[in-house]
Amino acid sequence: MITAILFYIFTAILLVSAAMVVSARNPVHSVLFLILAFFNAAALFLIAGAEFLAMILVIVYVGAVAVLFLFVVMMLDVDFAQLRGGFQRYWLVGATVGLVLFAELAIVLGGWKLAPNAIHLRMSPVPTGVSNTEALGRILYTDYVFLFQTAGLILLVAMIGAIVLTLRDRKTSRHQNIEKQNARTVVETLEMMSLTLGAGTTESGGYLRPKLPEVAPVEEHADAGGHGHGH
Amino acid sequence: MMDVGLDHYLVVSAILLVLGIFGIFLNRKNVIVILMSIELILLAVNLNFVAFSAALNDLAGQVMAMLVLTVAAAEAAIGLAIVVVYFRNRGSIQVEDVNLMKG
Repeated sequence: MITAILFYIFTAILLVSAAMVVSARNPVHSVLFLILAFFNAAALFLIAGAEFLAMILVIVYVGAVAVLFLFVVMMLDVDFAQLRGGFQRYWLVGATVGLVLFAELAIVLGGWKLAPNAIHLRMSPVPTGVSNTEALGRILYTDYVFLFQTAGLILLVAMIGAIVLTLRDRKTSRHQNIEKQNARTVVETLEMMSLTLGAGTTESGGYLRPKLPEVAPVEEHADAGGHGHGH
Repeated sequence: MMDVGLDHYLVVSAILLVLGIFGIFLNRKNVIVILMSIELILLAVNLNFVAFSAALNDLAGQVMAMLVLTVAAAEAAIGLAIVVVYFRNRGSIQVEDVNLMKG
């Protein structure tokens, strides 16, 4: 009984906050309502007995995805009032499509029933006497290890893609010039001088090194380095 | 999962799915809210997976829900990266401006 009451409470908050996500005037409010919706969905997962997924939902969605949304919404200086234009125009067609879809889903929901032998076709029945996390871990690393690896690969591709997309090659960033490094010779870098007692290099006739044309880029590079450190 | 049946979950996830699709239509100009609506739709999918997993006492549904979670996170990351790059280049995130490829 208490489960049913909790279920209805969480469901009500979930659906109301989902409606607020799509209809909020301010996108920051949308993100905050999205977080509320995720929390309530996690509670519904808990009621269904999927504790591990509930915690994953809170950590991954609320902790990572929703915060990422919040970052982007606040970082981009977008005129959101302009984006609201045409709201009334799209409202009717959206509601129509939604109603049609919901009617179809209601028809399906009213008519479906489990196949009588569905219980025998289960791929991995829940073991008894084991917590949800341990049971999931037992099958995730054995029966579904390829699925697990695929998930990791998807995340890797997403990470590389996001970095490649947003990486900006600044002109001020100083990369290592390996070609220039390897082309340097001892003559350009090292010089032996014989100094008289009590006199510096200036008194001894200055630098003896011949002025090489390659010296100019090296000097510029060093200067750029000092400039960069100033920032 | 005693007095809350499978049908309850299916109705909730159906409503959530419809809300997500309604959101895509409603915020046709704002890419960020469209991405959030897609997150809602994927949440409805997850809810369905978990509900069937609980009703059939089968853990495979929860493994699939985890995969869906992964895909949703990757999709959000890539989508938001594209939005950031687009905003950097064009100074707006209007979906109607995205016609450079003349598709």
